[in-house]
Amino acid sequence: MVLSPQTMAAVRQSGAIPGAEYLLSAEGVRKAFPGVVALDDVQFKLKRGTVHALMGENGAGKSTLMKILAGIYQPDAGEIRMKNQAIRLASPLDALENGIAMIHQELNLMPFMTVAENIWIRREPKNRLGFVDHGAMNRQTADLFRRLNIGLDPESLVGELSVANRQMVEIAKAVSYESDVLIMDEPTSALTETEVEHLFTIIRDLRSQGIGIVYITHKMNELFEIADEFSVFRDGKYIGTHASTDVTRDDIIRMMVGREITQMFPKEEVPIGDVLLKVENLTLDGVFRDVSFEVRSGEILGLAGLVGSGRSNVAETIFGVTPATSGTISIDGRQVDISSPTEAIRNRMAFLTEDRKDTGCFLPLDILENMQLAVLQDRYTRAGFVQEGKLARDCQEMSAKLRVKTPNLYERIENLSGGNQQKVLIGRWLLTNPRILILDEPTRGIDVGAKAEIHRFVTELARQGVAVVMISSEMPEVLGMSDRVMVMHEGRVTGFLDRAEATQVRVMELAAQ
Amino acid sequence: MSSDIANPTNTTAGSVAAGAGTTRPEAIRRRRMPPEFNIFLVLIGIALIYELLGWTMIGQSFLGNQQRLTIMILQVSVIGIIAVGVTQVIITGGIDLSSGSVVGLTAMIAASFAQASTWSRALYPALTDLPAIVPIAIGLGVGLAAGIVNGVLIAYTRIPPFIATLGMMVSARGLSKWYTKGQPVSGLTEQFNFIGSGIWPVIVFLAVAVIFHVALRYTRYGKFTYAIGANMQAARVSGINVERHLVKVYAIAGLLAGLAGIVTAARAQTAQAGMGISYELDAIAAAVIGGTSLTGGVGRITGTVIGTIILGIMTSGFTFLRVDAYYQEIVKGVIIVAAVVADVYRQKKRAKR
Repeated sequence: MVLSPQTMAAVRQSGAIPGAEYLLSAEGVRKAFPGVVALDDVQFKLKRGTVHALMGENGAGKSTLMKILAGIYQPDAGEIRMKNQAIRLASPLDALENGIAMIHQELNLMPFMTVAENIWIRREPKNRLGFVDHGAMNRQTADLFRRLNIGLDPESLVGELSVANRQMVEIAKAVSYESDVLIMDEPTSALTETEVEHLFTIIRDLRSQGIGIVYITHKMNELFEIADEFSVFRDGKYIGTHASTDVTRDDIIRMMVGREITQMFPKEEVPIGDVLLKVENLTLDGVFRDVSFEVRSGEILGLAGLVGSGRSNVAETIFGVTPATSGTISIDGRQVDISSPTEAIRNRMAFLTEDRKDTGCFLPLDILENMQLAVLQDRYTRAGFVQEGKLARDCQEMSAKLRVKTPNLYERIENLSGGNQQKVLIGRWLLTNPRILILDEPTRGIDVGAKAEIHRFVTELARQGVAVVMISSEMPEVLGMSDRVMVMHEGRVTGFLDRAEATQVRVMELAAQ
Repeated sequence: MSSDIANPTNTTAGSVAAGAGTTRPEAIRRRRMPPEFNIFLVLIGIALIYELLGWTMIGQSFLGNQQRLTIMILQVSVIGIIAVGVTQVIITGGIDLSSGSVVGLTAMIAASFAQASTWSRALYPALTDLPAIVPIAIGLGVGLAAGIVNGVLIAYTRIPPFIATLGMMVSARGLSKWYTKGQPVSGLTEQFNFIGSGIWPVIVFLAVAVIFHVALRYTRYGKFTYAIGANMQAARVSGINVERHLVKVYAIAGLLAGLAGIVTAARAQTAQAGMGISYELDAIAAAVIGGTSLTGGVGRITGTVIGTIILGIMTSGFTFLRVDAYYQEIVKGVIIVAAVVADVYRQKKRAKR
């Protein structure tokens, strides 16, 4: 049965779906891991031709549920039904054969193979001799791309594509399975605004073809823009399902956290002192140009802009990770030469990087070791020997102050949740007693509770006179925490906004130009 | 999540009750069983199997023979000295394939400065009967130089450690053959031979092990070594001069290979260009059996020492049981792979949490 988009829209509106009401349903799902019940008696019902968002804090259980639906995990209890038929999903292949395809957050493509080869892997069209028919494969891919309005060459190497384009290939691959259900795990996390629009067009198109889409996101505005329904999970439990037109943002947050968010951004007015960090005409060839700004003691300067606008690169350059090609950096009015992070630390700067896994944590090492590595440069050592006792006591104190949740400091950092890892990394930098603190996405991917705590620490540091530069893609965070906001677009500073004049619209205008 | 904020001492695992939130030193110091414990059990297990087989097959005790154990340890001491250096390299996430060849090269060069005047075919007739400190210093210098070349290549040209040290492995072996055009260097002074005599190689091995155990555990050098192996990018951002540190680590590995070369020559009372062939693989095996992870960031000298002894006891046990030498190699290979399989399995189990 093929229905026109208009009919489908009308049907969706009425809530009466012909045939089996639910495309995919799960009931009584339970999944326990050693030491934690990830899902407890959870239900989920996906209607045909709808986009259904899964919402919840980190650790709420949405990823676990999605992995069960995609056949990656097997549930301890519960029933999954596809078009009213009970199914068992023992592997991702099982899920695909039952018409459930998943687009993973971390891309699973082979960089040294072509786009077409990646899409049709395991299903390559063969010629009479049993060899792969590349011509047919490229034609199939071109057809698929036409359908999805993707302008990529089927023969280009995946490794040469941008992250956004790789995301498109992943989506095309999932669609190519002609699945009834598509699971998308934060598909927009690496996309620019226009690419997100393109993705949403594709999603709406798929929806009108009767495909059910499970959409996982942390972004509230996406929920209202694309989702028809949403289900909320909290601490492994199912909280409820609602139509996205029926609720407000605050309702959802309340459902997610199970409490009123008081003081989400505990911004306090603190005395602002003299200029501490001054950056003039900072340039990194080919990346950003003529970046100038100053930050005062006690001030929080927000750095806004779209992904790829050069925000993180500016931070890396100030900290000496990628030294500038021209321009100057001054601290306390004195020009400094920062050619490496070692120099930056010596000048009492600290830099919490964007990617906890890639540039933050030492995953095989324990909390204590993770915390102490930046401060060892010039403190806590005598004749090369580490003053273990003193350092351990100070780390313990820091960890208690930051409320790192762990049985002891000898736990490996990889066993901690994202929020706790972030606290350990903040602890690493606070031990160096910085005067200038650069935070790159300090609360990305961590739950609401830990987020609020981190905001409180940052405010507290500002009160103590630290100059803070905070990069964030989350508009409420930037607007809520900053005294001033600097906006970047394509490697250039496009404007500064004072706290009073900074609104979501003003920032977006400057960020998108 | 809200409860965690309210009550920071609350733990999900419930394994250790009171921990965070206090500043009691006991809470900080609480450690789990050291990872070497398992490897130590394996060592004991192997020894007991030999003991059992000894009694049933040939009616002798394996562990009861002091002399056999001494010889066994003597035989692996040189491997052990190298392995201490290689362990540090592997902890940084690298590898050193050149140590066997560096043993050969330093053995040759050190020996050539340790010849006695009574020997008629000395390489440098004018430089005979030198005090032992001279050839030792020269040998250590050669090892150090080889290590620095490795380190500089790896740190500053960013070529993979496998390739850089493979090049050194081939070239150093070539150099040691070219040095005397293939002739052995003999007639060494008694003073020089002394360091290879009796139990001295074992003492050198254990001294080296203790020094670097302490260095890895308690010094900044050690902390940085682990940090680089665990996450090189994060180490750089944390202000560690990664390049300079890598040169240090490879230099130390070269220095220790040089020391091993000196001990080898002194013990054999002669030097040949072919000395130390495939020692690098034994040293890597000792480190890996001892729990050092080839992915970097994990490993301890105590584990490597046990791994070295396991290698020794394997060989010694087979000889004791009069089993064909061929089987020794077959089983050695199996043990090395089994050690890595066990390591991968452990990591998987951890990742599942």
